[in-house]
Amino acid sequence: MMKFARITCALAVVVFLGLIELAASSTMPAPGTSDAASYAITIKDFQFSPRNLEIPLGSKVTWINKDEEPHKVAEINDAFTSQPLDTNEVFSYEFRTAGKYEYFCTIHPRMTGAIVVDPK
Amino acid sequence: MSRRIIHDHNRDGIDRRGFLECMAWAGTGALCVLSGGVLKSYALTDASRAAKAISSGGFSFIQISDSHIGFNKPANRDVSATLQAAVDKINALPVKPACVLHTGDITQLSKPEEFDTAAQLLKGLKSDQIFYVPGEHDVLDGTGKLYRERHGRNSIGDGWYSFDVKGAHFVGLVNVLNLKAGGLGYLGHEQLEWLQQDLGNVSSEAPIVVFAHIPLWSVYPEWGWGTDDSAQALSYMRRFGSVTVLNGHIHQTMRKVEGNVTFHAALSTAFPQPAPGTPGATPGPITVPPDQLRGLLGITDVSLIQGQRALAVTDSTLAGMGPSLTQSMEKP
Repeated sequence: MMKFARITCALAVVVFLGLIELAASSTMPAPGTSDAASYAITIKDFQFSPRNLEIPLGSKVTWINKDEEPHKVAEINDAFTSQPLDTNEVFSYEFRTAGKYEYFCTIHPRMTGAIVVDPK
Repeated sequence: MSRRIIHDHNRDGIDRRGFLECMAWAGTGALCVLSGGVLKSYALTDASRAAKAISSGGFSFIQISDSHIGFNKPANRDVSATLQAAVDKINALPVKPACVLHTGDITQLSKPEEFDTAAQLLKGLKSDQIFYVPGEHDVLDGTGKLYRERHGRNSIGDGWYSFDVKGAHFVGLVNVLNLKAGGLGYLGHEQLEWLQQDLGNVSSEAPIVVFAHIPLWSVYPEWGWGTDDSAQALSYMRRFGSVTVLNGHIHQTMRKVEGNVTFHAALSTAFPQPAPGTPGATPGPITVPPDQLRGLLGITDVSLIQGQRALAVTDSTLAGMGPSLTQSMEKP
C-alpha cells in the first residue's frame, strides 16, 4: 500500500511539473485561465520569439529580454510602449481590443513582431 | 603608399590588395591621409612628423565613442576604467587637441547617474571643448530630453548643431530618434532642411566634418548599421573639397572613401562588437579574454595638416597599438 502511495505521489509530481512546463511555454496559455490567457515572447539575439503570435481577446502577453543589450517594445500606432528592458526585465500588456498589432524595438528598429488578437 | 582600388569583384569597395594592406596596419597603428579619393597610409612612427606639421598651422581633434557608462556585463565589468584610460591617452598626446567629439552612447540606459559619471570622467580631459551627439542608448526616454538638458543646450530640434574650429566647419547630427519599424538610423525632414541651409552658408574650400552616432553610409543594414535618409544629407556636401564623416555605433574601425567624402567609424571605449555578417553573431557586445580587451578599444585622432587638402585620421587602441582589424573601402 505504501509502495502504491509513493508511485501515485511520484506520478502526481510528474504531472504537476508537466503543467508548469506547459504554462511556461512561449505560445501556450496557462491552464485554467481561458478568459485571460498568458503568453510569453522572448527577446533573444535581437529577435522576438515567436515573431508572430495569434491570441484570444483578453490575453496577456509578457515580453522578457534575454539579451545583454537593452530593448524596447513599441506598437507602431502607440497602443503600447514599454520602458527600456535591460537583461531579464519584462513588460506585459493585456489585449482588450481585437485586431492586428505590429510592434518593434525603438532602439533596434530592424526587430519587428506582430500579434493578432482574435475576437471571442 | 597611395593607391586606387583595381579589382572590385564583389562590388563592395574592397579588393584583396586593399584587405591585405589593412591587415598590414593591424597591431601597428596607422596614420591615414586621404586626399582626392586617394588613400595614403603611414606607420605610426611617422606621426611625429604629422605632429610637427600640425603645430605649424594645422590642428587636430579627437573622436571618442560608445562609452556605455552603466554597462556591467562580462564584456566589460568596468567601463568607467576604460573611459578613464581613453582620457589619459588623450591627455598624453604630444599635441593638445582643439576639441573632442563624443559620437554617442555615452550611457548604457540614459540614467541621470550614468550621465553624471561620464561627465565627471570627461571633465578630466585636457581639451578646451567637448562636443556630443546622442546614441540610441542616450535617448531611451524616447525623446532625448534628458540628453539635451545635459549636452544639447545650444542645439536645434532634437539636438543637431554646427560650429567652426580654425576654419573647419563641424556639423553634429542626430540619427537615433523617431526611428521607424524595420528601418535604420533616421535624420528626418526638419534636420535635413536645416542641414541644407547650414551648409549653404559655408565656403566650398572649408573642410567639413560631420559627426553622428549611426553610420551615414550603408555598413550593414541587416544589423541596422546605416541611416535611411543619409543619401539626401550627403547630396548637400558634393560641392565641398573635403568632407569627413565620423560615426560610432559599430564599435570597430572601418573606413570608406567615396569621391570627396571620407567615412570613418571609431572604436568604442567600452566593449567590442563583431565584424558585420560574422556567422552566428549579433550586433551586441562580445566578450574577449581580459588581457585582450584594451587592444579592441580606443580613440581616433583627426588632424588637419597645413598644405593637405583632406584630414588625416589615426586610430589607436587603449593598449597602445593600432586596431586589430580595420576594413577599408575606397571608391574614386
